[in-house]
Amino acid sequence: MSIGRIAIPPPLAAVLLAIVLFLLSGLLPNGFGSNPDIAASQATNIIRLAVFLGIVAAGQTLVIISGAEGIDLSAGAVVTLSAIVTYSIVNGNNENVLLALPAALIVGAAVGFVNGLGVTYLRIAPLVMTLGMAGVVTGLIIVITQGSVTGAVAPVMTQVIARPLVLGIPGAILIWAVFGALMWFLLQRTTYGKNLFAVGTNRITSRLSGVNVTGMVVGTYALAGMLAGLAGFLVVGNTGVVHIRIGDPFLFPSIAAVAVGGTLLTGGKGSYWGTMAGALVLTLITSLLTTMQMPESVRRMVLGGTLLIMISIYGRQRGLRQ
Amino acid sequence: MIRHSWRRLTNQNRIPFALVLLAVVLLVNFMLQPNLLEPATMNSSMRIFLPLILVAVGQTIVILAGGIDISAGAIVSITNAILATQIGTRGDTGTAMLMMLAVLFVGMAAGAVNGFFVAILRLQPIITTYATSFLFGGLALLILPSPGGGMPSTFTSFYRETRPLGIPLAFFIIALIMLAWYGIRQTRYGRYLFAVGGNADAAYQTGVPVNMVQFSTYMISGLMAAFGGIAITLLTGSGNAQIGDSLTLAAITAVVIGGTALSGGSGTIAGAIIGAIILSLLPNLISFANIETWWQTFLNAAIIVIALALPGFMNLLRRRRT
Repeated sequence: MSIGRIAIPPPLAAVLLAIVLFLLSGLLPNGFGSNPDIAASQATNIIRLAVFLGIVAAGQTLVIISGAEGIDLSAGAVVTLSAIVTYSIVNGNNENVLLALPAALIVGAAVGFVNGLGVTYLRIAPLVMTLGMAGVVTGLIIVITQGSVTGAVAPVMTQVIARPLVLGIPGAILIWAVFGALMWFLLQRTTYGKNLFAVGTNRITSRLSGVNVTGMVVGTYALAGMLAGLAGFLVVGNTGVVHIRIGDPFLFPSIAAVAVGGTLLTGGKGSYWGTMAGALVLTLITSLLTTMQMPESVRRMVLGGTLLIMISIYGRQRGLRQ
Repeated sequence: MIRHSWRRLTNQNRIPFALVLLAVVLLVNFMLQPNLLEPATMNSSMRIFLPLILVAVGQTIVILAGGIDISAGAIVSITNAILATQIGTRGDTGTAMLMMLAVLFVGMAAGAVNGFFVAILRLQPIITTYATSFLFGGLALLILPSPGGGMPSTFTSFYRETRPLGIPLAFFIIALIMLAWYGIRQTRYGRYLFAVGGNADAAYQTGVPVNMVQFSTYMISGLMAAFGGIAITLLTGSGNAQIGDSLTLAAITAVVIGGTALSGGSGTIAGAIIGAIILSLLPNLISFANIETWWQTFLNAAIIVIALALPGFMNLLRRRRT
């Protein structure tokens, strides 16, 4: 995005947008007004809510960077599945958490792995493949739960995820900060990250320069599924209850967050910190609409409109005439 | 050159593949439900299949020209919401006819919105129509927040019971579509469709109005979705703003089963219609096979994914062999 001659990098623009939206929310009748204490606690709350979306959107960022119209529409269903798996394995016992976390990650990675196989070996368009898998996972959830979910979260999960942990900062935010640093390291300082951007820019040249493109793509979808699994684990730890559609509201915003953060939807270019800012923007939009008591219909239209505006700014393809 | 004709050969082989699949599904279905081919049963089946068939036909045209329309299901929902709220179960014939005509324009207008963003602004079709699906879906919910409304029984029974010459109404509509498609294929526009989907750059250089052709395909898809919306409203006789949600993936799957390449440039309407019938017969099959209800969603979704995977799977085998 450029204003006049000064070019603002998209992630920075997203941060600015988040700040503007937050200040706007203060002007609402039931907003924080001019009270800095309430403002600070509201800001903390917004960031805490953005964590879960931010982690779903991390996987989304990876598959979108991998290019070839990469996208993961199964993320919402995977969040639900792993939340239910966590909920029933933990069953209220602290000791079971160490078993539930890997289980949630493996379940997510398995779905992502199947997505990756379909996209690479069977050459199914990512959108269609992952949308199909979303249906399969939803079906699996029905088979597993048969209409009722039994279980409970463990006290330690609530303690670490939902409650203030250090200096009044909720554990979820600290987890997100560490997670963000790890994502930065993964994308910027590892061979995987370097190859991911190469694969997203041009698969043929990557293959010719020795990158195992198929392996990279399958691995990326599996990793994205695993991150959705992690998000499911955290979501259920935060809410303490689970229902059969708990992951659905994360799907569309996770894609919009990636777009707002300036990651090219055509692949090859992007950053996780942009997505983090995007997750904040989307969470703010959603909470603004909730505060204004907008119905579901308006919320959907605003989300759709936001994504449409963002891709109109960043996502123009090359014109035919050039 | 040889490779080109080989490719054409395999593409032509795909309709027989859909036909074989149709024969198998029909045979199994016939064994489970012996009255399947009786006129009354056939009529009650075909009137349920028709909405998907209509949407799939529109989707084929978009996909042929190298695009995709994820918002088709949401357009079905909008038309259903409009018809159910504006006509109602006690509506008079004049209003009903007028509203049915009006929703056709609404469908085309929604298609024009897609066309504007994809063909004129040159945004990626997948992500754009995914965004507009939220826009349109939200609009449908705004018009009809909770299921309700309806159609006068004179109209619904006309749709359900009309059997000219003892043949279900749906067959006449399918014949009409095939005839229209045969006509369109002979025109310059028909050739443009395939040229744009096959290679947009080459088509542009030879003077094909690529943008206008792409724009028009989204309007056609919107129009067909509106017809699908009318059909589904006449079928159910009631309104539900999320009625079209499941049609999008089903229509795309029908197109793929029918042998149309998702990359554009090759495919047939007849294939999509056969694909839609196959897909519609599957839930029939599952419910007649006495499978526990918990498994039905999973099986349906799994079959969709397998159907999507079949062309890729056969390609994989072919590549291994050579």
